Order: sequence, then C-alpha cells, then structure tokens
Amino acid sequence: MTTETGSPSHVDGTSDPRPSSGNPLLEVADLTVYHGQLRALDSISLRVHPGEVYAIIGANGAGKSTLLRTIAGLHHPTAGSVRLDGADVTGLRPERRARQGIVMVPEGRRLFGSLSVEENLKVGATYARPGPWTIERVYETFDWMRGRRTQRTAQLSGGEQQTVAIGRALVANPRVLLLDELSLGLAPVIVQRIYGMLPQILATGLTVLLVEQDVSQALRVASRLQCLLEGQTTLEGTPAEVTAEQVEAAYFGLASAASLPGEGSGS
Amino acid sequence: MAWVNAIIQGVLTGGLYALFACGLSLMFGVMKVVNLAHGDLAVVAGYVGVGIITVTHIPVLWSFLIVVPVMAVVGYALQRTLIQSALNRGVLTTLIVTLGLSMVIENALLEFFTANSRGIGASMTLVTGSFSLGSQVELPYLLLLIFAVAVAVLLGLQWFLSGSSYGRLIRAVADDQEAAQLSGANYAHVFGIAAALALGTVALGGMAFGMYSTLDPTAGTDTILLFAFVAVVIGGLGSLWGTLLGGIVLGVAQQIGAQINISDELLAGYLVFLLVLVLRPQGLVSRRAQT
Amino acid sequence: MSVIAQPETRAAQTFRVTRSRRNVVWTGAGALIAVVALADLPYRVYSGTTSLLVQAFIVLTLASMWNLLAGYAGLVSVGQQGFVGLGAYFVLIFALHGLSPFAALPVAAIACGVAALPLWWLVSRLRSGYFAIATWVLAATLMLFIERFNSLGGGTGLPLPGFTGMSPKLLTAYTYWAGLAVTVVALLAVYLLLRSRVGLVLTAIRDDEVAARSSGARVGLARLLVFVVAGVGCGAAGAVLAISQLQVQPSADFSVSWTAEMAFATIIGGLGTIEGPIIGTVVYMVLQQTLQNFNAWYLIILGLVAIVVALFARRGLWGLVDSRLNIRLFPVGYWLRSGRTEGGGTVGSGANPV
Repeated sequence: MTTETGSPSHVDGTSDPRPSSGNPLLEVADLTVYHGQLRALDSISLRVHPGEVYAIIGANGAGKSTLLRTIAGLHHPTAGSVRLDGADVTGLRPERRARQGIVMVPEGRRLFGSLSVEENLKVGATYARPGPWTIERVYETFDWMRGRRTQRTAQLSGGEQQTVAIGRALVANPRVLLLDELSLGLAPVIVQRIYGMLPQILATGLTVLLVEQDVSQALRVASRLQCLLEGQTTLEGTPAEVTAEQVEAAYFGLASAASLPGEGSGS
Repeated sequence: MAWVNAIIQGVLTGGLYALFACGLSLMFGVMKVVNLAHGDLAVVAGYVGVGIITVTHIPVLWSFLIVVPVMAVVGYALQRTLIQSALNRGVLTTLIVTLGLSMVIENALLEFFTANSRGIGASMTLVTGSFSLGSQVELPYLLLLIFAVAVAVLLGLQWFLSGSSYGRLIRAVADDQEAAQLSGANYAHVFGIAAALALGTVALGGMAFGMYSTLDPTAGTDTILLFAFVAVVIGGLGSLWGTLLGGIVLGVAQQIGAQINISDELLAGYLVFLLVLVLRPQGLVSRRAQT
Repeated sequence: MSVIAQPETRAAQTFRVTRSRRNVVWTGAGALIAVVALADLPYRVYSGTTSLLVQAFIVLTLASMWNLLAGYAGLVSVGQQGFVGLGAYFVLIFALHGLSPFAALPVAAIACGVAALPLWWLVSRLRSGYFAIATWVLAATLMLFIERFNSLGGGTGLPLPGFTGMSPKLLTAYTYWAGLAVTVVALLAVYLLLRSRVGLVLTAIRDDEVAARSSGARVGLARLLVFVVAGVGCGAAGAVLAISQLQVQPSADFSVSWTAEMAFATIIGGLGTIEGPIIGTVVYMVLQQTLQNFNAWYLIILGLVAIVVALFARRGLWGLVDSRLNIRLFPVGYWLRSGRTEGGGTVGSGANPV
C-alpha cells in the first residue's frame, strides 16, 4: 500500500508545484510491443506517482490502447518492463496483475452483458484487495445504480454502462486504475459527468492512468500527460507546461515542434 | 392407450437425454467447445461404474457417488490440458482433437472390453418395477427416478450458475473472457470448472443409461452424443432448461415413431430434429444470453 | 523526437508474376508417368495388390475431399460417410435398373452432388462445432431412411447386380481402373479448383475467414461449391467401394469410421495442402497393413497421432517437409520474381509468410 498521501487531483489543470517526488507507483521502461510485424510501441517509458492522474493522448493507432493493455497484461512486450511499486510484473498474467492492483476499465466498457449490474460488481469484487471500496460504496457514489442493480447490463445506456464498468474496477480496490478511452461512443455531456467523478475516486487514494482521444478532457483532469504518435512519445509534461500548439504538433506529428520543457525525462 | 403410454415413456426418457445434453450445452456456452468425445466419456464412466461394482460389490447407487466426482475431476484435468491446448490453436484443432479423443476412447474400449454390451444391474424392483395408472399406463420406477434426478441436476446447475461465486464467474467468462481476466479471474481455471460440471453430469447420464439400457463402446457416439446434440438444438442453444424440453421432444418423437413402426424409432427423432433445424434453427427456447 | 522519419526511396525493381516455378513441368511429367505405371499394374501383379490399392484410392479420394472441406473451406464435417453410403446406394439403384455398375459410377457421383444441395441448406447455418455433429446426424438419418427400403436390402444390404458373366480378372482390372480414375479425377479437380478464382477465395478463407469476408469474397458461395464437390467426390469413392465389395451394406457404407479415416489421413499428412492427403493416405495404409492383426490398435494409434499432429505439427507431415525444402508439387500460388534473381517469395498460397 502506498505510504504517501496522493496529491489532490488537479481537475482544473493548474500545475502541481511539487515535482513528482518519491518512488513511482507504476513504472514502464522501454516498452516495445509488436502486433505481428507491426511495431505498435517503440521503447515507451513513463512513471506514474501515487495520487497522480496521468493521461496518455494521441490519435487513433498511436499505440495508446496497446500501451494500456500491455500494462494490464493482455499483450506481451518484446522488450521493456512494467513495475508496480518497484516489483517487476512484466511476466505476470493479466489476472495476477489485477489481483496485485493494476485494474483496467477496458475500451468499450466490456461489461458482462448477461449479468445484472450487481452481478457485474460482484465479479469485480471476487478477487478484490482490501480497501475502502465496496459495492455499497459504489452505490453511494453513483446513486442511480442502486435502483437498477438487478437489471441486465446489456440494457443500460452507454454512459450507465461506463459507470458500471468503473464501479466494477473500483470494488477490486486497485492501486492503479487504468481507464481506456472513457469517452468513446458517449455524448460529451456524459463524458464530462463521468470525468467529474474522478475527484471522489482519487480521494480514496487511487492512482489513475488514462488513455483519452478527447484532448481537452484529458487536459482538464490530468496532472501529467504524455502524447504518443505511431508508437513513440512525442510530448511529455503537465497541462500547465504545454501549449496548444505543442500538443497539436505532437498529436499530429508535425515536424515543426521544437524541444519542449519536461521532455527528456526517461524517454 | 398404448399411445398414452408411449408418450409418457417418451417424456420420462427426456430426463435421461437432458442429462446427456446439459453438459454439451454448458461446454459450448462457456468456452465454445463442442466436445466430440462427450458421449464416449459418459460410456467410460459407465464402464468404470461396472468395474467398481464388479470388484467391490458395493450397491449400485453408491457407485454413483464415486464415479461422478471422479469423472468431474477427469473433466477438469482434460480441459486444463488437452482441450485448452487445442482451444489455443483454434476451433478446427479443437474439433480434430476431440474427434481423435473419441476415436481413441472407443477403440480402446473395444480393444480391452470387446464389443459386448454391459449393463449396470440394480435391484430387480428398481429396474423392472413400475407404477400402474389404470390398466395400460405404466410408469417405470427407473425412468421416474432418472427424470427426477435430471430435474434435480438442472435445478442444481441453475442455482449454482445464478447464485454462487463460481457460477457467476462461469457466466462472466462466457460473456467476455478478457474482461473476466481483467477482473482477476483465471479463465482457464473457470473453463476447467465448467468442464468438470459437464463431465460430471454426462457421467451421471452414462451410468443411468447403463442401468436403463446397456453400454457398448459405440454407444458414446451413436446414442449419447447424437441424442445430446439433437436435444440441445431442439431445445435451443444456450438454454439449460431447453435441454430438458429438447430431450422430452426427442423422447416423445422416438416413442411415437416406434408406435408407428418399431424400426422407425431413431429415424423419427432425427426427422423432428431436421424439422426444427428448418423451421426454427435457434430451437424452441431461444435465449440471447449464454448458459 | 517529434519528427517523423521520411520513407527511404528505393531503386526501382521490375517484377514478374508467374503461376509456378520450373519444377511443375517435372512434377507434371512425373505424375503422368506415375499414373501410366499405375494403370499398367493389373497386368503385372496379383489381385491382392490391386485390391489393396483400390482401398488406398478410396481413402485418398476421401482424404482429398475432407481436406478441401476442412482445410480450405473451414468446414469440419463428421458426416461425409453419408455421401459414401449414398454413392454406394445410387450405384445399386441404377444397377437394379439395368445400368452397368461401372457406367453407374459417374451418374451416382453426380447424383450425390445434387443431393448435397438440400443437405447444405439444412446445416449451413450452424456454427462449426454444431455443424460437425449435424452432418453426423444427417448421415445417420440417411442410413436409417435407406434401411427402410426392403427393395434396397433393408438393414442387411444387397449384392450388386450387373457383374454376371464377367471374368474375375477383368472385374478386378476394371474395378482397379475405376478406382484409379476416380482418384486422378479427384486430385485433378481439387488442383484446378484451388488454382481458380474460387480457389483464391478458399485459400483466403483458410488463412483468415474474417478478412476474406470483409474483402468481399463470396464465402458462402465458395463453401457451398466445396460442399457439393466434396459430396461428388465422396459419392464417387462410395461407388468404387460398392463395386469393389460387390455389394452394399448400410452399416459398413455409412460407418463413421470413413470420416475418421479420411480426417486422420488428411491431418497427419497435412491439412490445407494438396500434397498432404497423399502422404496421409500412405501413412494410413502402412499403419493399417502393419497393424491389421491388432484390430482396433491401428485406429487407436491413428487417433493419438492425429491428436499429436493437430497440436504440435499443424501442417502435418507435408508441412514439415515443405517448410524445409520449399517444394510445391501442386503449385497453386503466385510467384513473384524480381527482375534480377529468380525464386522470389510465394504470394497467395499462404504457406510461407511474406
């Protein structure tokens, strides 16, 4: 369990005056992943400190989801490592990592459609670590859920499903919560509402690593961010440090971007 | 009245067929595996039962308590080793491997036990006795018992799948294997549990079949597998209670066919199957969700 | 770090696309010589050898058909014995109406192809595992249906009429040539089919069905065609069976062991290759002959070997040879030859990754 109290979330984007200190909770070093012959990730590195909201942005096919899925254990890297609180988890199967505290909310929600809301949460709680999150607490946090708990999740709306998916991950009491493209397929209003829940989630000591195509949303919630393009890191820093032009250049790969503040730390 | 008797017989036989079928349906629903050796393993269970009874002389119903759990463990082991390896390589490989397994089992039984059929004897009253309703309707004790056991098994499976932690995991893995992994479930282990359930129930069916009829090396495919499959299709892929309904329809069709012409018993059952295939491919009880 | 590398420019190369390498001429010549030599055999050997070879021809034909179904169209059928029996019984029916069994053979084969159409319609909607058992049920149903007719021999079968007055030597020779002809036609048909446009679709299905569908290939139609061709082939093999046995017998002609034999010969030899069934048949016949005193053992061993091969040597014995020597006896792919050197990689046949 982390001994440092997480820094308060900075959903309004103001930068945290403290530099990232202490040992990273999640550390990825020189990760290289291939899909067949296609190199999806090229020597990617990042460090997520306890209590941070770390955002990975980039266009489609940049490798963001591959990165998250590799951290979760669903892809095998050809090279590189993933460490949780210093311990090497690179060789662990996905379910082992989940039990150790790396829990992912996958892209597209991926709920168990034939199971009810409550059953989905119960599955998430089956291999839960000890911690503050319980099914009861999820119902308190997302108050609409209690009334619909016996409904099959296939019948819920996209936004509701996304919330249940997050709840399913929360009841496992993760140390690092991986959020893969929360905004996909959802109306902007819903997306805002969901991201608006983040403070409550983070208040319980979680650390979040998220992947997001919606750059403005990512900038709003992240304490640090990293941009990927074609499997490589093109930008790193805090939302306060980077300008819109830099983000645009990094996102689309325009050759005009000069060297940026905050770069060079570990890539 | 002979017709009424035939139909009742058919309904009761449906219980036996449901025991054959529920394991097949479960394995397909959870891991998309059609185990072509499904019936042969039931025959193995029967032979093991015969062997145990012959050697130890314990009462027949006690032998069930040994054989069923043993076959469940065998099912788990088989799934974790052979079938999982085949699954990792694709659907085609799985079919080929289970076909090979079926061949090996049948011919091994043939080699070691000859083609002679064997029965599992029980007390005479159980096997031959029956209730009489009126002058022409007989309700055989054995069939009633088998039907009751089948209903109990289906109830048990339903309770397990809907109420227990592992049952939930099985349904979750059936819905989305990867998402279940992300929730901490070792899907290979869950598959193993499902296979254990499947083989346990079909072992029960095989033993029951050995009491009701006789076992021979080819009964696994000729009778058990084909009937199980027909019951699953008629009842609807993915529905547990559908296997009972499918079994009943098959049993009744067979008995009616036998009433018309004694040698048409099997044909009648298959024709009904083809009819269902044509008219309503998803079966009589269709469900979107997995079992 | 944010600069994207420019693609390298390469010197222009010329490429030619050809259907085959040099060795096809040698293979073709070799095949022709083999066929002629085989055709000559009845004059030189005893009937024991020819009847053994007839058995081999039947297995080889069946294996090629099963290979087409499972290896190229992705259809695992455990019910092809239905067509074997149908082919045998069609010969009987035509022979009972006065046609010579040998003349009835091609008619019976075609009749099986026609029968395949409604049968396909019945089972085509089922997914792979259930499709497999459904074909089995179909075969069992066919057998039960035919057994109802006493005019066709009921449950015990009938001897084939139309052989009276033929000398045994001539009968043996004709039977042998019939078997040889069926096998040659079957192999040729498979080869030509796979070389054609349909063959491209099939190879695409074999390699990646979802991709094949999404690129517009007419998967359903290709599968139907394969099912019908397999029906014809298995029916022809069944006709040869009936002729070689001089009788039809429902339990033997519709036995599921035909499927087991053709499946395992194909798998052991190499699924998804044309050469595979040939090798597999050889292995099968060798095993059968060496173990024929041990009854069920050769089937046990066959089953075990098939399991091992399916798990660990997916492309069978031929696959092991092929990947080392890069031979293609029956070239169906396209070769890309650069302007400078010969022997480019294979495109399309899917055997070697490009």
